[in-house]
Amino acid sequence: MKKTHDAGTTSDIPLIELKEVTKTYGQGQAAMQAIDHIDLCIYQADFVAIMGPSGSGKSTCMNILGCLDTPTSGTYFFKGADVGQLSSDQRALLRRYYLGFIFQGFNLLNRTSAFENVELPLIYQGIPARDRRLRAIEALAAVGLEAWKSHTPGELSGGQQQRVAIARAIVTNPGVILADEPTGNLDSACSQEVMELLTTFNQERGITIVMVTHEVEMARYASRRIHFIDGRINTAHVSERNP
Amino acid sequence: MIWETFILAQREIRRNVLRSSLTILGIVIGVAAVITMVTLGGGATAQVTSDITKLGSNLLQVRPGQGHHGPGGARINADPFEDDDVEAIEREISGLKAVAPSGSRKLQIIYGNENCSSSVIGTTEDFMIVRDWSLDSGRIFTTGDMRAGKAVCILGTTVGDKLFGGQDPLGETIRLQKISFKVIGVLTSKGQSSFGTDRDDIVLIPIRTFQRRIAGNNDISVIYVSAQDGVSTKKVQENIQLLMRERRHIAAGKEDDFNVRDMQEIVSMLTGTTRVLTALLSAVAAVSLLVGGIGIMNIMLVSVTERTREIGIRLAIGALEREVLMQFLVEAVVLSSFGGLCGIVIGLASAAVGAHFLNVPFILNLQIVLIAFLFSSAVGVLFGYFPARKAALLDPIDALRHE
Repeated sequence: MKKTHDAGTTSDIPLIELKEVTKTYGQGQAAMQAIDHIDLCIYQADFVAIMGPSGSGKSTCMNILGCLDTPTSGTYFFKGADVGQLSSDQRALLRRYYLGFIFQGFNLLNRTSAFENVELPLIYQGIPARDRRLRAIEALAAVGLEAWKSHTPGELSGGQQQRVAIARAIVTNPGVILADEPTGNLDSACSQEVMELLTTFNQERGITIVMVTHEVEMARYASRRIHFIDGRINTAHVSERNP
Repeated sequence: MIWETFILAQREIRRNVLRSSLTILGIVIGVAAVITMVTLGGGATAQVTSDITKLGSNLLQVRPGQGHHGPGGARINADPFEDDDVEAIEREISGLKAVAPSGSRKLQIIYGNENCSSSVIGTTEDFMIVRDWSLDSGRIFTTGDMRAGKAVCILGTTVGDKLFGGQDPLGETIRLQKISFKVIGVLTSKGQSSFGTDRDDIVLIPIRTFQRRIAGNNDISVIYVSAQDGVSTKKVQENIQLLMRERRHIAAGKEDDFNVRDMQEIVSMLTGTTRVLTALLSAVAAVSLLVGGIGIMNIMLVSVTERTREIGIRLAIGALEREVLMQFLVEAVVLSSFGGLCGIVIGLASAAVGAHFLNVPFILNLQIVLIAFLFSSAVGVLFGYFPARKAALLDPIDALRHE
């Protein structure tokens, strides 16, 4: 799935590019390669579904893409910059300004209102309180939870919690949303809602979405699907953009 | 960012009221305990010292037996003093203000249907001078009372109140060991001593009456001697010692079978004792500070472990390590200093209340307030900060996966 690109034109530079990326857990005899020499390119406004059975390395790949984890070897370019060369503070800033996360387990702060959860990334961006408020409310409205802004995660259903998490991910207008099994803990109705929200943000705002899932129905929403098996990309399954 | 850090910290503090209040509680208890105990201990020491000085630093007590063997012991075998010993002191020793022999016994005192038990002291009118008593009403013993051994008495206010209620006891008759005593005077109240004993729980009767009708012998158990102002009590003490050795026929080289104790000695002995007590209290307080510190440590360690996932979330959405750490530091400082301040207020308040009830002065010891505050705050900050630092240095994904 190599794609030639011109260094001169920015539009052709992949937003995300992995070259020969490997992640090994453990050492010596017990060493286990979670992902093994992965090459991957993701372009602006793509909606990519990473699929594969559990243990195939798709989540590991996701964590590396999100700069939450560091690869054992290989290079990760984000907007053409080598992430491996960045300090942990610079990687944090990359997450702050360019990435939004959605997790299977929601990962909202407990006992903190939906509004405060959504507002949190803006606090770290140093946005003034007034703007923070407007933007957080706007993001909650975009996921249809404006009326639930003062509820804490414990008072919300799973679907609602995931929508709060989506609002938290989009509130900073990130270039990329990384969603790790976003529907893994949800029933099919809620899953559908979540997928429709992601599709909307992808199409209307041009946000690049990388989503890990093992559900074929969810992967249908994506414009591109990548199959992982045993830590490698299964090229036989590579499918180009949806009609 | 500083302001934002404060917002985040105070949100976290409010978010988990139980965790925050437990942390604060540990600090409050540690600080309050230390401050209360040390303040009360200091007050008691000051009180004892001032009480004894008020008692008259020029007071000497002459007792049979060897004082430095402690109570009991050799005293039992020593001959008691008699009337002519008192006369000899008055005659031979110069520079004295007053000499009062005394004997005392705990007795049941009856008036009508009321009765109480208090110490009956047989003495002379000079007792009023040497022990610094004054009359609230009535009169003191006359020479006639003394000579004739009349059954008259002067009541301390406690005894007066117990037996007579609000009624005026003057002229009434009370019974001591089936002997009727006429009340001729009431003493001015002195209140509690710093050891908690009621100094007003006494009845004074003439020494002769005490010897003849209560004790049934001519013994005198203590002779109080008060030196004139400006006269060295050391000198008077030596003179009495020489006189008594001569009168009691103690051969050269043999030990005294009596003791003359200068009040100064007692002062230093007692302040020494209270100082030991204060040290003991301080040790107890230090232990409670330590226990409080361990409490703070535990809650901080537990909550940081519990909060590793929170740290992971913050890192994932783009917080810098130092921002997370700053937030935890601010939380720890706010909780610790708030707890410390509460501890100081509660400690000082309970010390003030304690001082009021124990009748000791309230003496503020700023040094101990500062030490207690700094120690517990340091523990809070240290154990709030370092485990958080460990968590913040993890890869975000490890912090997120932490359960």
